[in-house]
Amino acid sequence: MSDTVGTDTDIERRPRGTAGAGSPATPAPPAARRRRGRGRMRLEIAVLSGPPIIVFVGFVIFPVLLAAYYGFYKWQGYGPATDWVGLDNYRLILTDPAFQQVLWHSFLILGLSLVIQGPLAIGLAILLNQRIRGRSIIRVLIFVPYIISEVIVGTGWSLMLQTTGALNDLLKHVGLGSLQNDWLANPKLAIWTLMAIISWKYVGFAVILMLAGLQSIPDELFEAAQIDGASYWQMQRRITLPLLGPTIRIWGLLSIIGSLQLFDLVYIIWGQYVSGTAGTSTMAIYMVAQGRDAGQYGYGSAVAVVMFLISFLVALLYQRFVLRRDLRGAVTEGVN
Amino acid sequence: MSVRTADSRFASAARPRTPIGRRGDRDKPAKWGNPFVYFIALLFIAVCVAPVLYIVLGGFRTNAQITTSPAGLPHPWVFSNYGNVLKSVTFWGEFGNSAIVAIASTVGIVILGLMVSFVLARYDFKLKGAMYSLFAAGLMFPLVIAITPLYIVIKDLGLIDSLAGVIIPQIAFGLPTTVIILVPFLRAIPREIEEAATIDGASRLGFFFRMVMPLSLPGVVTVGILAFIGSWNNYVLPLYILNSQANFTLPLGVQAFSSQYSQDTAKVLAFTSLAMLPALIFFSIFQKRIVGGLTGAVKG
Repeated sequence: MSDTVGTDTDIERRPRGTAGAGSPATPAPPAARRRRGRGRMRLEIAVLSGPPIIVFVGFVIFPVLLAAYYGFYKWQGYGPATDWVGLDNYRLILTDPAFQQVLWHSFLILGLSLVIQGPLAIGLAILLNQRIRGRSIIRVLIFVPYIISEVIVGTGWSLMLQTTGALNDLLKHVGLGSLQNDWLANPKLAIWTLMAIISWKYVGFAVILMLAGLQSIPDELFEAAQIDGASYWQMQRRITLPLLGPTIRIWGLLSIIGSLQLFDLVYIIWGQYVSGTAGTSTMAIYMVAQGRDAGQYGYGSAVAVVMFLISFLVALLYQRFVLRRDLRGAVTEGVN
Repeated sequence: MSVRTADSRFASAARPRTPIGRRGDRDKPAKWGNPFVYFIALLFIAVCVAPVLYIVLGGFRTNAQITTSPAGLPHPWVFSNYGNVLKSVTFWGEFGNSAIVAIASTVGIVILGLMVSFVLARYDFKLKGAMYSLFAAGLMFPLVIAITPLYIVIKDLGLIDSLAGVIIPQIAFGLPTTVIILVPFLRAIPREIEEAATIDGASRLGFFFRMVMPLSLPGVVTVGILAFIGSWNNYVLPLYILNSQANFTLPLGVQAFSSQYSQDTAKVLAFTSLAMLPALIFFSIFQKRIVGGLTGAVKG
């Protein structure tokens, strides 16, 4: 969600042009007073930004660098890492059929999330964007699954989806008993069960984002189009969709990053062992199972690096080819 | 699932409104009139809410009821499950841990986030762009990916199995989002206000405390809510850091409880619904801020 807000500012910022970098010290100031002022300013900057930077670098950047370091060692997690194995960990990861499998699952989840949630969210948002009564309560209620923690969602759904659970019971009662199934353990179904739960949990967030995007489309455009005799569908296709584009693309990025690091839901519902046989294990599950749970912290770190590189690459490609127009250099160029 | 229950509930709640809602309608062709929209909206809401209702209502049933009719309603209503959970030391201990972690993380994220965002928004210096990029790049490092090395760092600091070991990383990982939301807020404060404050003799830091803090309140609230809910729901970090039951936060507690009482479904459901309640209450109080914050924070 941060990204949306981020783009807002980018849009706001863009007209001001790219003349940022040179601003700080360009006009030569009356010497002494100004210099003391600048020293004071430096001090303030240091005092204000020091602690956040220390915390951030120490607990976000440094661990990631550390992972790169430990990834070259065979290391059990205690004592100094001495058993240098070069690229062996990485070779093992890339040739491990189990990893190839989780990689495939992760990308499958990524693709299906985009394909299922995207159109659904756009459609629902367009529908709900009309002036209907109770709009605010609708927004709150569709946001509820997003607010609830993955653990609770997982616990609740796994109880409902047991073979003796509520869903099968409900199917029996409405006369669809033939549809009863082992939703969680059947390897043909499990991934679709997972997709259903993911869609349930995250589509509300997508709808809220899209609604926010729709609000920013001026009504005048629709009025003008109507005067020109455009049909409802023409207006949606020629006005709504293109103008909603930035929102859709930002949502896509959030969804992609979320899919690639999916862990909680799968771990709670299937656990590390069952998820393997049910075909729902993800890269993060593999990392935790092979790393922490197996006591191989060197190997786990290497998996983390691979995961990071994959996510980074995907995000980079996405930014290069999809987001190009929306946030030209928003992340790389910073504030001006 | 109790889809039917949810459906009828909300249908009855909203039906009387249906005919009135036409007044200010955007000019849509007649066939896209209200009933269809309401129908879809209600269906969507039912799907969203039904599983949650299943958890809450399940807590009011006995195990026998759940076994014989998994998708039924409480009949009769049983309050002992909730009563037992509310009397248990485990629940309140974990509730307390979650509350401490969430409040400390939120306070930390808001204070540190405001400090660095203020610098990024109101000062001009050479490394500003690099600094912003540093934090923005943090969005690319989700907690899950960094968890293994993070665990090692926390262990080397001797913070394993302590709440501080969860709080500090949460603050660190909360900063990127915070910076990206708050910087535009702080930049939107007009220069004139700052100049006026300077003329009145306020220092830059005085300006920060007297003017910036109150003026950026909407953004701060948005950031604070996101931080609180994120912390309340966090699972993977506590999973790695907290080992002893006494230090568990609620998500770990729910998981432990549901495997410990795997035969006592009703109790698990009661525990689960009580565990999600605080985040839900918090959200419904501040929902305008969250949804509004997404709609474009700057206009506030």
